[in-house]
Amino acid sequence: MTEFFMGLGLSYGWAWGISTVCGILLIALPLMLGVAMIIYADRKIWAAMALRRGPNVVGPLGLLQSFADGLKVFLQETIIPAAANKGLFLIAPIITFTVALMAWAVIPFNSGAVLANVNVGLLYVLAISSLGVYGVVIAGWSSNSKYPFFSAMRASAQMISYEVSIGFILICVVLWAGTFNLNDIVKAQQGHVWIINGFVANPLLFPMWVMFLISGMAETARAPFDLTEAESELVAGYQTEYSSMSFALYWLGEYANVLLMCALNATLFWGGWLPPLDLPILYIVPGFVWLLLKILFFFFVFSWVKATVPRYRYDQLMRLGWKVFLPVSLLFVFVISGYLMATGHFA
Amino acid sequence: MIQAFAFYLFATLMIASGAITILARNPVHSVLWLILAFFNAAGLMVLAGAEFIAMLLVIVYVGAVAVLFLFVVMMLDIDFAELRAGFINNFPLGFVLAVVLLAELVLGVGAYRAGSLPLGVADGAGAATAGLSNTAAIGALLYSRYLFLFEAAGVILLVAMIGAIVLTHRQRSGVRGQNISKQVARRPEDATINVQPEVGKGVQL
Repeated sequence: MTEFFMGLGLSYGWAWGISTVCGILLIALPLMLGVAMIIYADRKIWAAMALRRGPNVVGPLGLLQSFADGLKVFLQETIIPAAANKGLFLIAPIITFTVALMAWAVIPFNSGAVLANVNVGLLYVLAISSLGVYGVVIAGWSSNSKYPFFSAMRASAQMISYEVSIGFILICVVLWAGTFNLNDIVKAQQGHVWIINGFVANPLLFPMWVMFLISGMAETARAPFDLTEAESELVAGYQTEYSSMSFALYWLGEYANVLLMCALNATLFWGGWLPPLDLPILYIVPGFVWLLLKILFFFFVFSWVKATVPRYRYDQLMRLGWKVFLPVSLLFVFVISGYLMATGHFA
Repeated sequence: MIQAFAFYLFATLMIASGAITILARNPVHSVLWLILAFFNAAGLMVLAGAEFIAMLLVIVYVGAVAVLFLFVVMMLDIDFAELRAGFINNFPLGFVLAVVLLAELVLGVGAYRAGSLPLGVADGAGAATAGLSNTAAIGALLYSRYLFLFEAAGVILLVAMIGAIVLTHRQRSGVRGQNISKQVARRPEDATINVQPEVGKGVQL
């Protein structure tokens, strides 16, 4: 895009600046719209599985429900508890929301169609996703209220636990792809097993994908791991004291994070913008359509799990993270690097 | 121009947030300012072209160490009056530390002015290979030239971790843990029986 703006007679610096801003808007605006629609989809799927109708009043088929909700919270009064730490209380939702958008900078939407094509893309995603916990922790502490505080404690322990196994899982992918660049990781999956595009068809990496999917649910605090906002014990968790737009920012950030996890599942294990099969006819469909379809499929899986699986108890969550996922993913790092060494993958 | 601007922005913010880390009254605020300092340090690393180190700094320090820090500090019950009461008692120790730090700074700057030590010969042996990415260059050095130092660091960390676990581990009796494999292996036949008792007669279990 920089070349296009330079063609209009701008200097390189200005052209780069304008094209970057355009790129950010091109990602962030559809993402926000997507989040609004995905909240609607989530409620519809959840309702369908519970044999209910779900939102069906606002707009045709209830499609405008999320916008009505957005308008409602926008018109509400922002309430700051008297005992709260005001500055931090207001910053916390902004951190959650910003961090949820930041990681999208390195997700490739097509061959080379990525805002920041950095060499350490995957590490960037890890770094940004580890920042997400601060929004929750700061909210819990600054609210100066017990339930948000419990929620913040849980959130920090949960995120730390699952990040460890996610790190090992990603190392397996990186070992096989030989790069941290997400675009190159997608390219490495072309025709990985026979004509299937995607690491998931690989018998050594398939268990890694299953663990990544579950860890992703724990990392984004989705059901069955939504202990940070377990309404049966913690009211609404860290959001208890929030109202109006600061509450909505959590809502948006949470779903943007879920979409990001779906996009990572698609990019790292299911071939990203590549079509599912390595057939020339499938390449007629543009890459971003394939990526979008994969993201939507994974979002359906997330909703499906939310609608069917009961919530974990806290000690069970910790057991799964530390006693099951960590040893198994560590074992697979050894097995996969050993296999790659034995077959001369690095030569 | 923009590099210089970014450098001064990151550097100023880092020094400022480092200073506020020490000056802030509330420990939680201190940790948050420390996190901001880490962040700006990562920004400086990116400017220096060391994006791998920058990302590791954010992942390890901001994403893990500082979260645990915050975890502990948040649970402190802070009494500000008590904090100030300890000031006079701790003043001599603090003063000695400050003098030592000042002396080290003066010594360091003086030694630097006197000329640097010939630590190694600049023969280009440690230079990054052209065309190699940051990550690959670090990996190539770490796993070849500095392999033993790297592995020794790993072993030290492992020993420290096992030591911490041994020191804090205690065997408690009478704890009812959940044995998940035992629960999963349990079948309905083991736990339930179907009986049809006659009218007026109980069931002997």
